[in-house]
Amino acid sequence: MSTPISASVDVGAATVRPQVPTGFWRRALRHRSFVIGGTLSLMVLGAALLSLVWTPWSAYEIDVASKLRPPSAAHWLGTDVLGRDIVSLLLVGARSTIMVGIIAVGIGITFGVSLGLLAAARRGWTEELIMRMSDFTFAFPAVLSAIMLAAVAGPGMVTSITAIGIFQIPTLVRVTRGSANAIWAREFVLAARASGKGGFRITIEHVLPNVLPILIVQATIQFALAILAEAALSYLGLGTQPPQPSWGRMLNDAQTLLFQSPMLAVYPGAAIAVAVLGLNLLGDGLRDLLDPRLSRER
Amino acid sequence: MSVFIFRRFLTLIATLLGASLIIFLVLDALPGNAAQMLMGADASPDAVRALTIKLGLDQPLYYRYVHWVMGLLTGDLGNSYVYGTPVAGLIAERLTLTIPLAIMSMSMTVVLALSAGIYTAANHNKLGDVGVMSLTQFGIALPNFWFAILLILLFSVKLQWLSAGGFAGWDESILAGIKSLLLPAISLSVVQAAILARVTRSAVLEVLREDFVRTARAKGLSKRDVLWRHVLRNAMIPVMTIMGLQFANLLAGTIVIENVFYLPGLGRLIFQSIANRDLIVVRNCVMLLAGVVVIVNFVVDVLYAFIDPRIKVHNL
Repeated sequence: MSTPISASVDVGAATVRPQVPTGFWRRALRHRSFVIGGTLSLMVLGAALLSLVWTPWSAYEIDVASKLRPPSAAHWLGTDVLGRDIVSLLLVGARSTIMVGIIAVGIGITFGVSLGLLAAARRGWTEELIMRMSDFTFAFPAVLSAIMLAAVAGPGMVTSITAIGIFQIPTLVRVTRGSANAIWAREFVLAARASGKGGFRITIEHVLPNVLPILIVQATIQFALAILAEAALSYLGLGTQPPQPSWGRMLNDAQTLLFQSPMLAVYPGAAIAVAVLGLNLLGDGLRDLLDPRLSRER
Repeated sequence: MSVFIFRRFLTLIATLLGASLIIFLVLDALPGNAAQMLMGADASPDAVRALTIKLGLDQPLYYRYVHWVMGLLTGDLGNSYVYGTPVAGLIAERLTLTIPLAIMSMSMTVVLALSAGIYTAANHNKLGDVGVMSLTQFGIALPNFWFAILLILLFSVKLQWLSAGGFAGWDESILAGIKSLLLPAISLSVVQAAILARVTRSAVLEVLREDFVRTARAKGLSKRDVLWRHVLRNAMIPVMTIMGLQFANLLAGTIVIENVFYLPGLGRLIFQSIANRDLIVVRNCVMLLAGVVVIVNFVVDVLYAFIDPRIKVHNL
């Protein structure tokens, strides 16, 4: 730990604060990936929000008399084996997916970013320990963590959220630590240290705001991965449990009816693909717009 | 080189020990008495005590952990709580399906990804490049189990060329076994290949801009010769890194895909064991999968130290 130098340095002037780049929205609205990705993501978010106030039919009410109905004016995409309206199930499913995604990515960001910032600020054995722990967590993909948790605590939304959250941590540790290390090497951080600011204050005031654009991009990509993982876990029966609708669960139910109603297996999968494609394109767009240096030949 | 390998080897051992400790704590210590779980809440205390002693669960925790780790080293993984047969035998039987499936899908991934990546890089910004890259963007967004269901819809329901699930086994004929694994392997590889193709394209494009490539071209080598002789070897480092990381996804994907196609592999064994509360089988299967991921990453690290000697200098 270096001793603060008691010289008067105008740190404020040297501080580089990230700002929304000039003409961000003008450039953003011309960026194809950003516009397509943003539109698709907003559609999924809109579906989830809409399901809070309105669905064509109840997504929980069973009406066996109306089971496996083809698309009609009453049921736009038909009904499932329990007579539930597919559109309503898809809308409520979007809510489950987004909720699991937000909480799981929240867990990943809270722990991943904190540990990444700590590793970059302390260096030495703290950094070594954090990075080895993060390497170690790579050995447990979300499905494996969920299997362990489900074997002990039983399947459910909490199990899938925890497993996906843990799975997100190592990537976010690596990205945060890599970017934070680069910021710690900059002159304005040196000036802040010279003015007597401690590691914690520098991290909060200078490092975190500067790594934020990269974290926003990474969070978008992690969100897409969380949606894929949630769908897989729900499909396997380890995630969201009935009667709560989820896209993965809908696919599982539809698989037993492939010969009778093949389209039942198409809708939920298409919803997952649209959500993931939207977030991936949005992530690509944000990367180009927020930090052009990160934009590579893709 | 040997110092680098030795250091990485020590990290490998530490990681494997750490993984075994976590798995043991979560799947043996946390759940409490496995005998009680197996017999249910209504079982008499005497019966539970008898089963506890029979399963060796009356021994102290540290003893059970050391005993398990020693067993892992010698291949004695204990007996299944439910079937009473050796766990090693159960796992070995299921691996005859899971290993060929993993090999088939990894080979398909590599062939698809390298061909698409090299083709698009060689035709940078041309129609083929844009088309293939758009396809990979869709490929990345596809959940592999949904793609598997779509393949079943097409090849089993509509065309009726292949069966919708199940495994013919290797006894009848190798061809029948491969045919059963064809759709599962394709569904696993297409999504993985989409990611790897993008990485390959980026890596090849980056190397194509290097000075030594210009020199090689100036010497009179054809574009094709430069690509195969110089560019590919240098582009392999990032490609191999991603391949190593993808292996973990591939194993996770195998568990899911085995369930889609009702294949009696390791993934199905894990789910049956969870349903039966056979935690000793779950513990050993999870350890095997985590161990394979860690070992594959170790092999990749060592391999790319051979491909690019600068890496080991950097890591010392």
